[in-house]
Amino acid sequence: MRIGVLAVQGDYAKHHSMLLQMGLKTRLVRTDADLAGCDALIIPGGESTTMTTVMQKHGLWQPVIEFGRQKPIMGTCAGLILLATEVPDHGLPTLGLLDVAVIRNAYGRQVDSFVDQVTLDLNGKLNKYTGVFIRAPKISRSGANVKILGYHQQDIVMVETEHILACTFHPELTEDDAIHRYFHTKTSKLIGC
Amino acid sequence: MKDKGSMKVKVGLAEMLKGGVIMDVTTPDQAKIAEDAGAVAVMALERIPADIRIHGGVARMSDPTVIQAIQKTVSIPVMAKCRIGHFAEAQVLEALGVDFIDESEVLTPADEEYHIDKWKFKVPFVCGCRDLGEALRRIAEGAALIRTKGEAGTGNIVEAVRHMRAVQGGIRRIHSLSDEELVTESKRLGAPAEIVREVKKLGRLPVPNFSAGGVATPADASLMVQLGAESVFVGSGIFKSSDPQKRAKAIVSAVTHHLDFNLIARVSEGLGEAMPGLELSAIPENERMAGRGW
Repeated sequence: MRIGVLAVQGDYAKHHSMLLQMGLKTRLVRTDADLAGCDALIIPGGESTTMTTVMQKHGLWQPVIEFGRQKPIMGTCAGLILLATEVPDHGLPTLGLLDVAVIRNAYGRQVDSFVDQVTLDLNGKLNKYTGVFIRAPKISRSGANVKILGYHQQDIVMVETEHILACTFHPELTEDDAIHRYFHTKTSKLIGC
Repeated sequence: MKDKGSMKVKVGLAEMLKGGVIMDVTTPDQAKIAEDAGAVAVMALERIPADIRIHGGVARMSDPTVIQAIQKTVSIPVMAKCRIGHFAEAQVLEALGVDFIDESEVLTPADEEYHIDKWKFKVPFVCGCRDLGEALRRIAEGAALIRTKGEAGTGNIVEAVRHMRAVQGGIRRIHSLSDEELVTESKRLGAPAEIVREVKKLGRLPVPNFSAGGVATPADASLMVQLGAESVFVGSGIFKSSDPQKRAKAIVSAVTHHLDFNLIARVSEGLGEAMPGLELSAIPENERMAGRGW
């Protein structure tokens, strides 16, 4: 199994090194050809407008949509924004692979960025996890087939569907690989290895 | 309990800006062009460095009207510059809610001895450097992001290359030293021993390292990324060129695909005139910006 990390912009190197530390096969994905050999994909944090613009310009947009209809994708922060079906005031298309509405920069500007405990429900077990929220979005609506996996206070911070896993914070900026392990297990189950 | 303004949160934003281009803009229209071209952030200024050079006189923090108009126009992070050591300008910029403050040599320094104590702020700071010692001193003062200085407003990449090579060479040198050599090395660098020790352990700076000052073409951007820049600041290079929109997009593509030379060739076609460059020897020593700060 090989988990690709979309490397058009953002903190892809952090996801990449976390996967390497877990002893997994991984690859930085910049082109259609890079994506072809992957069984799953991570879309990192970064600037969603930049990622969208660059992916569209260099022929990576449609391939990622098709990839996500069959194979697992995890999105963190900007990655979640790209995956969502509905992003008010965005002015750019999204991949539309996850039936949620997402409000960008929902906590305010950088001075309102924060680190705080979130509560996650992974495999029926409640876990505390350190959530790093950088100019983070909020999930304002989640569709019927979307399962909520985590909260920060009243806010939904992590969700999944059969193929997609997404969170509003940055697990790649912590030392804790619990969320990456969860995504790995999810991928294993889906592709049967 | 929410933790705001910690180093983790500050460096977190710097991490998000990696693999991108930060563009100097002076109007909301330019900011929109930058955002549409794929900039990861904009630097809101009254005048870009090339015009600061021509204009002369004391260059200060921008009028808040300019900064606020740009904040209203784009959703990407907005940065702004304050003078070296001018902590009151920084306090004003923090109050305006800018996402990053550049304590910048492009403006006229306010303090020739002390830089700002950046630990006191919730907003992250980026600072320029010419070599490793300067980078580590700024980190010791609380900078969450380092950029090599280059020589702003020249469209000449030579100083950016010199400074990036000095930083990367310095890191490689520390990495090869034995533990007992580190304190002597920190004395030589004029930087705290704990940070020198951390650089040895990590094999890189403890915060991201970008490049600035002199990038004018897509190939310049690729050069700086290949030399170790994790993102590129482009000041005068875009809006002093004949076709800013096209050039901005091309430089963004060249950073993402910095090793795809066919692609860089393609995006470099027909970009029109780059900004007029300046030979370093044509700038008198006392008008060079990189020498400001220590």
